[in-house]
Amino acid sequence: MNSNDIVVTSTLTALSRALSARELSSVELTGALLERVETLGAKLNAFVTVDREGALARAGAADARLARGEGSALTGIPLAHKDVLMTAGLRTTCGSRMLENFVAPYDAFVVERLAEAGMVALGKTNMDEFAMGSSSENSYFGPVRNPWDPTRVPGGSSGGSAAAVAARLVPAATGTDTGGSIRQPASLSGVCGLKPTYGVCSRYGLVAFASSLDTPGVFATTAQDCALLLSAMAGHDARDSTSLDRPREDYARDLARPLAGLRIGMPREYFGGGAAPEVLAAVEAALAALRTLGASLVEIALPNVPLAVPVYYVIAPAEASSNLSRFDGVRYGHRAAQYTDLADMYRKSRAEGFGAEVKRRILVGTYVLSHGYYDAYYLKAQQVRRLIADDFQRAYERCDVIAGPTAPTTAFPIGDQVDDPAQMYLNDIFTIAANLTGAPAMSIPCGFDAKGLPIGLHLQANAFRESLLLNVAHQYQQVTDWHARAPEGFMP
Amino acid sequence: MALSDADIQRIAHLARIEVTSAEAAAVAAKLDGIFELVGRMRAIDTRGILPMSHAHDVTLPLRDDRVTESDQRDVLQRTAPASQDGLYLVPRVIE
Repeated sequence: MNSNDIVVTSTLTALSRALSARELSSVELTGALLERVETLGAKLNAFVTVDREGALARAGAADARLARGEGSALTGIPLAHKDVLMTAGLRTTCGSRMLENFVAPYDAFVVERLAEAGMVALGKTNMDEFAMGSSSENSYFGPVRNPWDPTRVPGGSSGGSAAAVAARLVPAATGTDTGGSIRQPASLSGVCGLKPTYGVCSRYGLVAFASSLDTPGVFATTAQDCALLLSAMAGHDARDSTSLDRPREDYARDLARPLAGLRIGMPREYFGGGAAPEVLAAVEAALAALRTLGASLVEIALPNVPLAVPVYYVIAPAEASSNLSRFDGVRYGHRAAQYTDLADMYRKSRAEGFGAEVKRRILVGTYVLSHGYYDAYYLKAQQVRRLIADDFQRAYERCDVIAGPTAPTTAFPIGDQVDDPAQMYLNDIFTIAANLTGAPAMSIPCGFDAKGLPIGLHLQANAFRESLLLNVAHQYQQVTDWHARAPEGFMP
Repeated sequence: MALSDADIQRIAHLARIEVTSAEAAAVAAKLDGIFELVGRMRAIDTRGILPMSHAHDVTLPLRDDRVTESDQRDVLQRTAPASQDGLYLVPRVIE
């Protein structure tokens, strides 16, 4: 294996070892991956902006830091940021025409934290516009393609990040998860995706979609890598009033713990008719593997969880309609060329600047918050949200983690669901509840269907139990190799 | 529930998004599909249930009342379509 092969096939943890042993420099690693981003990444339309010059400069600085013996485990490791996270001086588009030329004046908290750890950002990944979607087709910059089958979607909304990690263009990427936007693309693209507890990672500099649900998180190929990244990203930040002030954690501390005694809850609502038979079979095989590692399976009930999708499509659009009212074409962003008066300038700028799905959600949100409908929709949704959260608290009296499929199907063809938004929304039936409750959840690869498309196992735990989720995922990855498989055509 | 043309125009006006008469029917059809999905929660009995607006039942913190930001007007105005003397230049909207 030559050095270029090592760059492609290694996990973040292995690259970190090679960098600190000075077997590889960050400039070499960054150069090799930039090459892949510019060729293979372009085929997948995974990136909106590539920052070659900036990345090589950061890599040089990381090498100097490593030479001084001042590096962290993440120093010199390349990554990509979802284009909804602000990066000072580098364009942040949110996949929208509205922000096609927007250059943020500051870094998002998580961008800042990972940069401080010495990570080397290569660029910004493509996504569903303003993080609204489950396929990464709703981008002004065109759809992202799934490396396992480029005629199919990678999932969304963080599809560019998921595809980039799956194709081994980067060992890690950031994402954001409002209803499943990290976990569902992780499942469809065959990588690990972690959504931490709400409030653990600051939302400062994350362009807001639904503020009570938006959560920054990570993609990588292993649970161990996710643990390293989260340990660096988490932390209190006074600039986000919902950021929680908690002691720093080493999220890798429990990785090696044996699973004996672990109780895994299987909600009957997740193993009914919702998921495709091949998906369920892979998930059941994964649960059998976890049982041989010492875990026991417990049947549980989450009776209100089937209402999570309806509740979400009131709460998320309501918050979005408010958050996206700032885009009016006056101080920044797209402005229509032709208009009659001020009101017409707003209407036309927003009609032209936003894509169809974003406009739909703003309209839905405006309706449910409007006079005469607030109690029937918004208040009702907040009450049912509480019922769903209560279901989980009851379940966690009987189990430690909850397992099931991440997504009902494997990756679907590009164009298949774009004309039926209500159908598209059902891609998130298993993931949305974790956003409503704020609890951590992750998706890890657990098999393939007959077409060779990846399947994801969804693991959920109670608030602040990320290290338990990562422990279960890591132990599973010690006895399986689904996470180590990469799509043909992207490997050396 | 089926949204009428008037409903669509009312929401579009509130949202300050132009929906042309040519688009209205298609927009209404898609929104009807979404409200059909959303409607599934409306039959649930939620009397006496406290609304949940947030993941954690915590009180929002108050910051100390002191200056933390420096003047960054020039940096922030770099994204403006046009500015002069530190002011945003906006199109004429009053004749």
